[in-house]
Amino acid sequence: MEGSAQEKTIGILKEKYEDQILHIDTPYDFLTVSLKAEKIIEIIQHLYHHPEGKFQYLTTLCGIHYPDLQQIAVMYQVHSLTTNNRVRLKVFLPEANPVVPTLTTVFSAANWLERETYDYFGVIFQGHPNLKRILNVDDMIIFPMRKEYPLEDQTREDKNDSMFGRE
Amino acid sequence: MQDNQPATDALIKPEEKQYSYLNLGPAHPATHGIFQNVLKMDGEIIIDSEPTVGYIHRAFEKLAERRPFYQITPITDRLNYCSSPINNMGWHMTVEKLLGIEIPKRVQYMRVIIMELARLADHIICNTIIGQDTGATTGFLYLFQMRERIYEIYEEICGARLTTNIGRIGGLERDFSPKCWDKINKFVADFPAKFTEFSNLLERNRIFMDRTINCGPITAERALNYSFSGPNLRAAGVDYDVRAMNPYSSYEEFDFIIPVGTNGDTYDRFMVRQEEMWQSLSIIKQAIEKIKKEPAGVYSAKVPEYCLPPKEEVYNDMEALIYHFKIVMGETEVPKGEVYHCVEGGNGELGFYLISDGGRTPFRLQFRRPCFIYYQAYPEMIRGSMLSDAVITMSSMNVIAGELDA
Repeated sequence: MEGSAQEKTIGILKEKYEDQILHIDTPYDFLTVSLKAEKIIEIIQHLYHHPEGKFQYLTTLCGIHYPDLQQIAVMYQVHSLTTNNRVRLKVFLPEANPVVPTLTTVFSAANWLERETYDYFGVIFQGHPNLKRILNVDDMIIFPMRKEYPLEDQTREDKNDSMFGRE
Repeated sequence: MQDNQPATDALIKPEEKQYSYLNLGPAHPATHGIFQNVLKMDGEIIIDSEPTVGYIHRAFEKLAERRPFYQITPITDRLNYCSSPINNMGWHMTVEKLLGIEIPKRVQYMRVIIMELARLADHIICNTIIGQDTGATTGFLYLFQMRERIYEIYEEICGARLTTNIGRIGGLERDFSPKCWDKINKFVADFPAKFTEFSNLLERNRIFMDRTINCGPITAERALNYSFSGPNLRAAGVDYDVRAMNPYSSYEEFDFIIPVGTNGDTYDRFMVRQEEMWQSLSIIKQAIEKIKKEPAGVYSAKVPEYCLPPKEEVYNDMEALIYHFKIVMGETEVPKGEVYHCVEGGNGELGFYLISDGGRTPFRLQFRRPCFIYYQAYPEMIRGSMLSDAVITMSSMNVIAGELDA
């Protein structure tokens, strides 16, 4: 995305939600905006309906765990197929209680992506029609993509390490 | 599809009506993978369905957080295993974007050849299997010969067939051998005849058309709302193709058409893939011509710190040995940053969202898997249709279990 197009997108955001913006950055020429969590759905709706924005395609949505900040970020990446601009929006939620409203009211595609994010990070998407685990088993008690969980499942008792040449 | 309104019997009150439940999958030949669909049926008509995924979940995103960059390539093989080279290339390009490596033109064209061959292989599987599911086995056997030839080309390039691990960060691991070029040229020469034979069997076949037209349709609006991409979105009439919209690997220099459908039904999806195969073939031909004009023998960018040196050099040259050691031990410096890179995979926009904190492994890596995103529209697409239509709708969507579950 070119610089002018990025400024235009920032302008669209600032039109109504200037007080919600925490940080604007363009790593590798990709507009990334950190926002406060309360009004994130309104902001995405604003981008969706804005006549010059038309960000009407949800490319992806995922969680990111920052153990040092004790925060979990939810990243939304929306794409405007009319102007071919992409923007990445991030909200930061407290690790202890990550709650954010659901995006399924705007994009049907958000349904499974949010379930996956819940499954991996335990982010609660308020108002989601069917918020349950999607890839992992239902009776899993941890949120495995959080950084405190090492690659091998420490809660398993059926694996005898000595059989694998380890103590 | 025409008279699929649920039969209403005047004697049965709606609240007394009972539905039957049917498990389609998890292991069933008609589902092409391990997916379960619990179908709520009224006779043979589907009232609702509840898909369950995750049977081959392998935690790739977690695995990727413990592996050096070059060891993530074999993981990407296993996403969409029908076109693993595209996944490999997409991952290499993501890392190259992060590292800021400039790739020589010749290598880019070689990659285009590999990626388009992979797209052909992917679409061959999808389209022949639509034929198979509608009862036409012949076409399946005709074209699988050509897919076998593509796999032989992979073998010449990298030694593997299905999970290819083609290429390295910075380019390819070796130049195409003369035998490989022979095979590519022979493939390009032989493919049209075989493919025409297949097209004649199905494209205007009355039985096939009656079976697939209006089967599992989706409107452009719903498809966009569900973030469809690739042939399935184009079949609904939206001309979004990453190769044209955000060109990578010099796709902007190639001349190709993006076919679009109108109804988004099984027949349109089939036809879009058919036309894309002709376009892929044309791109391969163009790339072969372009390579002839580039300096011969270049198969990688000059980035010894990221690209494993040839074995003879490792044994005889100190610097090469140092680089080899550093790469294998994962001690190369990478910048901090966030990158998103997408390529047009066999099924749509395959994206890699990579966050690097400067360490030897990614801090976070997310795969945007097109299948995972569009498969959630499946219940909506088969609602009100017959069970047998559900089967061919699934095969025409080309749902790949590896990409679905990651």
